[in-house]
Amino acid sequence: MADEERLEVRKTYKLFIGGKFPRTESGRSYLVTEGKGGKPLANACRASRKDVRDAVVAARAAFPTWAGMTAYNRGQILYRIAEMLEGRREQFADEVSRSEGRSRKAAGAEVGKAIDRWVWYAGWADKLAQVFGSSNPVAGPYFNFSVPEPTGVVGVVAPPDSSLLGLVSRLAPVIAGGNTAVVLAAEQRPLPAITLAEVLATSDLPSGVVNLLTGFTAELIGPLAAHMDVNALDLAGLDLALFRDAELAAAESVKRVVAPVNLPAKAWLDDASGQDPYWIAAFLETKTVWHPIGG
Amino acid sequence: MTDQTPVPAASTLETLDLGYAPAPEATDHVRIRDHYGLLIGGKWVDPASGKGFKTVNPATEVVLAEVAEAGEEDVDLAVKAARAAYDKLWSKTSGTQRAKYLFRVARVLQERAREFAVLETIDGGKPIKESRDVDLPLAAAHFFYYAGWADKLDYAFPGRSPRPLGVAAQVIPWNFPLLMAAWKLAPALAAGNTVVLKPAETTPLTALLLGQVLEQAELPPGVVNILTGAGATGAALVAHPDVDKVAFTGSTEVGKAIQRTLAGSGTRLTLELGGKAANIVFDDAPIDQAIEGIVNGIYFNQGHVCCAGSRLLVQESIAEPLIAKLKRRMATLRVGDPLDKNTDVGAINSRQQLDRIEELVASGEAEGAELYQSPCDLPARGFWFRPTVFTGVAQSHRIAQEEIFGPVLSVLTFRTPAEAVEKANNTPYGLSAGVWTDKGSRILDLASRLRAGVVWANTFNRFDPTSPFGGYKESGFGREGGLHGLAPYLDLS
Repeated sequence: MADEERLEVRKTYKLFIGGKFPRTESGRSYLVTEGKGGKPLANACRASRKDVRDAVVAARAAFPTWAGMTAYNRGQILYRIAEMLEGRREQFADEVSRSEGRSRKAAGAEVGKAIDRWVWYAGWADKLAQVFGSSNPVAGPYFNFSVPEPTGVVGVVAPPDSSLLGLVSRLAPVIAGGNTAVVLAAEQRPLPAITLAEVLATSDLPSGVVNLLTGFTAELIGPLAAHMDVNALDLAGLDLALFRDAELAAAESVKRVVAPVNLPAKAWLDDASGQDPYWIAAFLETKTVWHPIGG
Repeated sequence: MTDQTPVPAASTLETLDLGYAPAPEATDHVRIRDHYGLLIGGKWVDPASGKGFKTVNPATEVVLAEVAEAGEEDVDLAVKAARAAYDKLWSKTSGTQRAKYLFRVARVLQERAREFAVLETIDGGKPIKESRDVDLPLAAAHFFYYAGWADKLDYAFPGRSPRPLGVAAQVIPWNFPLLMAAWKLAPALAAGNTVVLKPAETTPLTALLLGQVLEQAELPPGVVNILTGAGATGAALVAHPDVDKVAFTGSTEVGKAIQRTLAGSGTRLTLELGGKAANIVFDDAPIDQAIEGIVNGIYFNQGHVCCAGSRLLVQESIAEPLIAKLKRRMATLRVGDPLDKNTDVGAINSRQQLDRIEELVASGEAEGAELYQSPCDLPARGFWFRPTVFTGVAQSHRIAQEEIFGPVLSVLTFRTPAEAVEKANNTPYGLSAGVWTDKGSRILDLASRLRAGVVWANTFNRFDPTSPFGGYKESGFGREGGLHGLAPYLDLS
């Protein structure tokens, strides 16, 4: 008994909706393996269309809170996410390495970059209004100014190749601008995304700002793209074969759509191609206010 | 004082006509041709099909001209002409040179402003007062504003080297025919794109006259091509595979159809669609100014305005006196001959639009809202609708949810600022909103909570080329005007 080998406690990977970690209401799961066809890693939740709807409801409920915070506060919370990730670097490096079937060293570099990316976007939160807003010299006695505001609830399809860094690179700009998000994690490599949700849940990010679903993208993108309470879609990570149908569904509520972009895996590591303030701007609306000038 | 002091007899005042004498704008300097072709590659050509349609004066129902109806073949020729002009010439033309062409256009528009204003009023039915004082000055100002950007694009977008996209397809509505052409053309050309423009079926004449102005400004052939036609022409244009950028202003229904057409193509798209703006009046508002703002908000251009203040949200405590004042003011609106300089409300743009207004107004009565119409005489011929206000409107009524695009105001009440915001935001649209209050902090609070692209505080329906305009939610995406209006016409990657 005394020299018995300790049995590892395995984690159950669940969804992340409204700050909680529920199982999919459908009760379904799918096997996630190390690399393609490799060693079994875990049974991930195979989320349903009802989970999509629950996630959108949570994201909509969180929107006024998140959008209503000061930009300074949002920046601090994004920075807090980086702090929390930093403390769990080893865990993420292990998990990314296993999920993507890559070396521990390569995975470690990705984790480091993912942390830095949160820091970079944290700094953008309170600079957007000055870079993307304006004071407009109208030809009349009016004070006229334009400010960027978040679009609302954004559906994000995480890039399939880069389970953590790719996800962070697309998600951070969405929430840095004050939007809330419903994320479809990379179908074959969903585990680092769920572990990231544990970080988000402990970073003072209000419940529901980020909601994360694992499952089959082809099954979930339809209900997400067609949902009337989703304002925009980041389809950067979507398979091109699914893009047209997603955009067709998106038109029903005039959603803003970012088209798929096929960045090679290593591009996510490169700051020149992996981060961009205009990715924040893609999910900002410009509001213009007129006020008379006069006694 | 003696007994001989003349005292005006009461009967004199009674018989004196205190109405306005007719003050018609002269039309003799406007020449309308019998027939108009398409402007393709710098030439006016007949459509391949030989088909045409008639454009009428909505105030008289008199046919003004026969206009070419462009089909798929013509669309293809126009896109090819725009592509050739882009590849061979316009993309190699310096920003400074492009700027100078646009400045020329602005100047010619100013010089020929009255001619354009009269033509706009004849073809579209809007009061000459508005085409003269709003549409034309703003159209010229848009060209003047964007002209200046053409050689300064590198300063507009930090960290980027902007490049033009190529061929832009632009489909515009009938409510501000020339002004919308200016909103579309000026930023597209300043950014270095070439254009195929499709004016609205009922109001093609000022766009065609603008084509002549572009010739007068010696804009190179093919840089702007103009295709007249109806919905099918626009649909063929936006679906053309060699178009790099589509910009549309019009109904949300058509906007969605265009978004579906372009699904999966990667073609850039901006949409400026419908609205159902709330004009919110608090009990501390300057009431007389607010009344003017409400009237301007909904009766300006017969309510054919996507950002019209079509829902009046009035604080309950002042609802009664405000509505009484509003009705008195409505009774003074002069409805009639659009060419008369005293006219406030002109003709409804088309029979089709009049039918739609009448249908929605009937639904308002059927659903139980209370109707009041300005007691004015309407001309015997033409398309007319009296300035109308509905009180007792519920949020669920069609007249509170759907865009009427006519001179019809729906009045709802609220008690608290939070209720006002909730009701204001309770539509799929999000184009504009108005707030009337004496309290600055409340204006800024509401301005931040209203989900709308333009918020007018203690004013309404103001426009300026430097001021970004466009919607949230189903009112579309992208901005027109200002620096923001350049971005949709540039590759910033």
